[in-house]
Amino acid sequence: MKTKRRFRLRLGRRKLNRSAAGNSLLFALMAVCAVFMALPLVMIANNAFKPLDEIFQYPPKIFVRNPSLDNFVSLFAVMNDSWVPFSRYILNTLIITGLGTVGHVICASLAAYPLAKHDFPGKKFLFNMVVLSIMFSWTVTQIPNYMIISWLHINNTYLALILPAWSFGLGLYLMKQFMEQLPMSLIESARLDGAKEFRIFWSICMPNVKPAWLTLAIFQFQQMWGNTGSLFLRSESLKPMQYALQQITAGGAARAGAAAAVAFVIALIPIVFFFVCQSSILETMAQSGMKE
Amino acid sequence: MKNSYSLKARMAASKASYAMLAPYFILFFFFTVLPVVASVFLSFTYFNMLEAPRFIGWANYAKLALEDDIFLIAFKNTLIFAVITGPVSYFLCLLFAWIINEFKGKTRALLTLVFYAPSICGQAFLVWTIILSGDRYGYLNGFLLRWGFINNAVLWMQTEGYVLPVLIVVQLWLSLGTGFLAFIAGLQTVDPTLYEAAAVDGIKNRWQELWFVTLPAMKPQLMFGAVMQITQSFAISDISIQLAGNPSVNYSGATIVTHLLDYSTIRFDMGYASAIATVLFLLMVGSNKLVQRVLRRVGE
Repeated sequence: MKTKRRFRLRLGRRKLNRSAAGNSLLFALMAVCAVFMALPLVMIANNAFKPLDEIFQYPPKIFVRNPSLDNFVSLFAVMNDSWVPFSRYILNTLIITGLGTVGHVICASLAAYPLAKHDFPGKKFLFNMVVLSIMFSWTVTQIPNYMIISWLHINNTYLALILPAWSFGLGLYLMKQFMEQLPMSLIESARLDGAKEFRIFWSICMPNVKPAWLTLAIFQFQQMWGNTGSLFLRSESLKPMQYALQQITAGGAARAGAAAAVAFVIALIPIVFFFVCQSSILETMAQSGMKE
Repeated sequence: MKNSYSLKARMAASKASYAMLAPYFILFFFFTVLPVVASVFLSFTYFNMLEAPRFIGWANYAKLALEDDIFLIAFKNTLIFAVITGPVSYFLCLLFAWIINEFKGKTRALLTLVFYAPSICGQAFLVWTIILSGDRYGYLNGFLLRWGFINNAVLWMQTEGYVLPVLIVVQLWLSLGTGFLAFIAGLQTVDPTLYEAAAVDGIKNRWQELWFVTLPAMKPQLMFGAVMQITQSFAISDISIQLAGNPSVNYSGATIVTHLLDYSTIRFDMGYASAIATVLFLLMVGSNKLVQRVLRRVGE
């Protein structure tokens, strides 16, 4: 009952300063743009269900006429033929993408908290270094990176993909920007209650910047999911699913059907993750009044 | 003497801060700082990835500035790209994030997904190869022929004059990425009581509300978005290579990064590629300084 009233109150707040003419204009604009933006989604989904003759049809059509599951059937057939059991690739992806994402969110947030809320020597220097690093082209750092990974003896292990991912610059920058907005009084009152810094970080800071780390999780998941690991992983049994799927696509015209199904699977998983994260951003914000 | 003592004391007092920084920054040192320093060092060498790098001083930079005509074209194209797509993309991100913020619940998540779709589907450019196909079956050609704007099919990606404008349009279509999601999250953290207070203070419409309340409240996100935008706009390469090829017709789609990729992945001259990367880096840092100065004045 109580939540309902609160919800209404928030709706009421939303209506401030909004004209009906402005609303309809903006929403019409949105609808037109949405059609263009959704094109790749529509195309990938349609391709996956096209029978072979429609895939090779020229000129190509975006929409499927006789949808079938043939492509998925042939994808499963190819998957059963793989060098190592396909479940192994899935497990590798779960480990690499899972640890890479969770570890990065924690590592970057933990470092972002003192940068945003503490005062200590070297703070500005460390932060600027991270922001600048984002602007350096990663293409040329790949070779030094490879040498360092060999030198650390983590070549051909999961760590070669996971550890660098934990220290990407983007995450720290994003988290620091959001944490900066938290009122200092929130942290000081927790300190007065005798909370240690780590505890303040974990149970006060993090819940209050939930939209930020959910967004970061989306970025990082996408990044890790797209990584084929071909530079560092030599053993077939360590390679992620993305690699195996791209190998299927590399079969060319003979595998065009399976490839269309692969494109669908590759896009679908980050989309599901995206949708779950985006929806829970909204949930949190509806529950808490936040920042008084 | 006194100063160094107090510095030491301050560092000792901040033990908790350093402990929290440690895991990230140790990894950051190994996997980012060292490689970046190494590539800047490599930019002063000749390095073909087979023999050991040979120190050649400023020769790579001299060649870049004086001898490499294609680099000049790439540099010019990159500037045009950045100056147009940078600000426009940035405003589009902000505009769409702000409009989507008016919606609620699952509709909102769905709209965000639709607008973020080009960034999340790896093969987004495939759509454009169909649209821009040079024969009369290409969607754009088909449309223009049908309505009588042109009489013959246009080879969009093989005609020098069209490459850059077309790439700019595609890049704008791709622009709702990192910055866009950061803005969406940022709008969520704006304190709703600020809007009530503003309404009492005489803010009349949504535009005033945006400029005087919303934007100042999300300045940190605006700064973040700007850095992301700069790194994206100056590093445009993928769409150029996928749609126009590398090298493109008469280098009309060449950018600094396609030039860099040409030297690093095709000619294996890593020293020269590193020099290009360093120049690009300085360019980005410079424009970031400029943009941050502008952003400080938001809401004034």
